[in-house]
Amino acid sequence: MSLTTSVTAAAAIAPGSTVEAEILKRRDIFEKTQAAEDAVLSPADPGGLTRDLRHALAARIAALHGEHAEATRYAAGVSDEVFAALARPGVASGDPRVAAMLVFTDAVSTNPRDMVAGDVAALQGAGISDADIVRLAELNAFLAYQLRLIAGLRLMAEGA
Amino acid sequence: MKDEVIRRFTRTVPEWRPRVVPVKLAEATQDQLDALQVTPSNTKVSDYVLVLAHDVETLKVRSPLFNAIMYGQGGLSRAERELGALAASVVNHCIYCAAVHADRHAQLSKDTAVTDKLFTMGEKADLEPRDRAILDFGMKLARTPQQATATDVAALREAGLDEGEILDLVLSSALFGWANRLMHILGDPVRKTG
Repeated sequence: MSLTTSVTAAAAIAPGSTVEAEILKRRDIFEKTQAAEDAVLSPADPGGLTRDLRHALAARIAALHGEHAEATRYAAGVSDEVFAALARPGVASGDPRVAAMLVFTDAVSTNPRDMVAGDVAALQGAGISDADIVRLAELNAFLAYQLRLIAGLRLMAEGA
Repeated sequence: MKDEVIRRFTRTVPEWRPRVVPVKLAEATQDQLDALQVTPSNTKVSDYVLVLAHDVETLKVRSPLFNAIMYGQGGLSRAERELGALAASVVNHCIYCAAVHADRHAQLSKDTAVTDKLFTMGEKADLEPRDRAILDFGMKLARTPQQATATDVAALREAGLDEGEILDLVLSSALFGWANRLMHILGDPVRKTG
């Protein structure tokens, strides 16, 4: 396909298929989705969320969504082994700041509807700045979108 | 003190009260001002967008992507994209998003019955087959992507959706998986004051 993005690769879109034709009609959407992945995973200004931590969180979120190939892809972007462990759901951190981010991330992936003001206050209480809270929320929220887009495309491709 | 946070679905768009401190326009960087599209003649920016300006690199990509998915030419009708957005917003209990997009759906379709039923009867609302298929699929994708199956996609095709329309539905429901996680988590929907 003349357009290759993380999403189209993950959904294994067949060249010449109807789904591919519809994707190409919406090229800008898929290019912008890729640009958004770059912005949340590898921003020029990462703030208090290092590139390693972002990739570990993305891998963890993908695993929580049952998207294990995506989890592996994101985990490959983690170089520090301390962070690599965090890619696996259930693994906690000894660093209170990171630990709070893991608790938040697990909740955003698995039960966003029941989240309350206290979930944000817990991050603030762990010393995380408001700017970093927004960065963390965007990372989580983008992944929720991307993983759903992959799942939907795969279903379309399977049934075509 | 009376709790002013809104907890039930409504088509009346509430105010949004952030749980973190928004970027202050007077202190915004040039990059942030560019992303906020602030010019001397346009200085009105919502608290929601000022909150998102904390992550300016993402905001810069997110706004045009949002517009392309919800307002792009062709494919699924505007009203049915709003249903995709609503499916996710109901599942994720994002009162603010649900209000905005129920209101838009009612305006675009010139009909309040669908969103009335959705809000009073929830996920089991009795709707005509095409709306039903759109909501069923949109909700499954929003809840747990693996819950949606080839059978749900077949139901969409049976209800008359073509492949382009199905892709637009996937995109609008998935997009609100993103939007709900910002709006519902970073702030509260509150009754309008004054």
